[in-house]
Amino acid sequence: MTALIELSSFSKRFGDTPVLNAVDLRVERGEVVVILGPSGCGKSTLLRCLNGLETGHAGKLHFAGRELNGKTDWRDVRQRIGMVFQSYHLFPHKTVLENLLLGPLRVQKRSFGEALAQAEALLERVGLLDKRDAYPRQLSGGQQQRIAILRALCMNPEVMLFDEVTAALDPEMVKEVLEVILDLAEGGMTMLIVTHEMAFARAVADRILFMDGGVIAEQNDPETFFSNPQTARAQQFLEKFSYVENMPKRKSP
Amino acid sequence: MASSGLELLWVSAPQLARGAWQTLSISASSIAFATLGGIAYGVLRQLGKRWLDVPLRIYLELFRAIPVLVWLYLLFFGLPIFTGLSLPSFWCAVLVLSLWGASEVGEVVRGGLQSLPRGQREAGLAIGLSAPQLYGQVLLPQALKRITPPTINVYTRIIKTSSLAVLIGVVEVIKVGQQIIERTYESLLIYGFLFLFFFLLCYPLSAASRVLERRWSHA
Repeated sequence: MTALIELSSFSKRFGDTPVLNAVDLRVERGEVVVILGPSGCGKSTLLRCLNGLETGHAGKLHFAGRELNGKTDWRDVRQRIGMVFQSYHLFPHKTVLENLLLGPLRVQKRSFGEALAQAEALLERVGLLDKRDAYPRQLSGGQQQRIAILRALCMNPEVMLFDEVTAALDPEMVKEVLEVILDLAEGGMTMLIVTHEMAFARAVADRILFMDGGVIAEQNDPETFFSNPQTARAQQFLEKFSYVENMPKRKSP
Repeated sequence: MASSGLELLWVSAPQLARGAWQTLSISASSIAFATLGGIAYGVLRQLGKRWLDVPLRIYLELFRAIPVLVWLYLLFFGLPIFTGLSLPSFWCAVLVLSLWGASEVGEVVRGGLQSLPRGQREAGLAIGLSAPQLYGQVLLPQALKRITPPTINVYTRIIKTSSLAVLIGVVEVIKVGQQIIERTYESLLIYGFLFLFFFLLCYPLSAASRVLERRWSHA
């Protein structure tokens, strides 16, 4: 069986700065891949290349057996690859329901009744049905991000890309968003998740990719990666996170 | 005096109405074309294609730098000389005011689109919207709030500038007023009427812009 997403020697640069350097990656259907790495390592760019918000300079990208390149009609691909952003980017002039239905009605030309039923079922599932007629600015960050996830799900995608979706949230709202993603993982959704929530990464991932300097420096199952990282760079990276978690109490005078 | 003044307005009413109608039709058509052209200009500039930007910038600078009156003369007197083609003065006025207005509205639209967060465009693309859907459903409706007040400002300037059409022989409301004054010397009365006419045309627009601005700031 072919992988759902396959990158081979995929490279991308911004001007003269290489961001992705001959990346090879296969993601199987139903797999949850979490991408970790220091900022600027290319992990967000990798996600953005997968749905054509950025285009690569070299190498190949296949999705569901089909090569994606400069000639691809990305509108078609984007309906099958949902993406959720760090700052939600809900459409502020539309209500929650209008945000959810824009794609299904305008892009996919589905019937109003059927799309509405799906949107309401999803809202119910994340406990936001009572917000259906609210505008984004009336919602908390966590609520907005959950709606943004639903907006992508309403297109019935085969893959979901999450780009640091909890990074802009207050700590108390992180949980409600991560729960939705965990729920999706349990439902068998194929996902690529960029995050800085280590515990969440460990809990949700089938596989961890550690990126550094535009290459995949290490990939492993979460248990191995977190308890016994293979590269020095990954060890350093994890130490920085555990330093914060295990910070000693300041000595009182 | 007062009764003779009213009487004069009464007998001149059909003539004034014809002039007012000319002013209204020039302004309304120019505003309509300027709006359509301005949206097209703003969207095209926003695409960031160099081969589009260069001609559009030249167009903008030409209408910024050269007075509307010069354009009117150039088109009305110059076009027949250089090309042998001639446009009726009414359409000369509409064309020049539309092109000038489109450059003004266009810069407003471009600024409005530019001021939107980049993520809006990406979020729209990510659900598979086409470019027309992206602009029609996501970007322009959001920009509309920001661009309405300055655009209405352009509209009132188009209405007022339409009076220049008199200089290429369009008998619009000010020309009619001057004709009546030449005959009757009732300048105060006629200019009073013209004052009121333009005020009643422009003030509701400004008021509407304020109302819309207020309403949209809540929605």
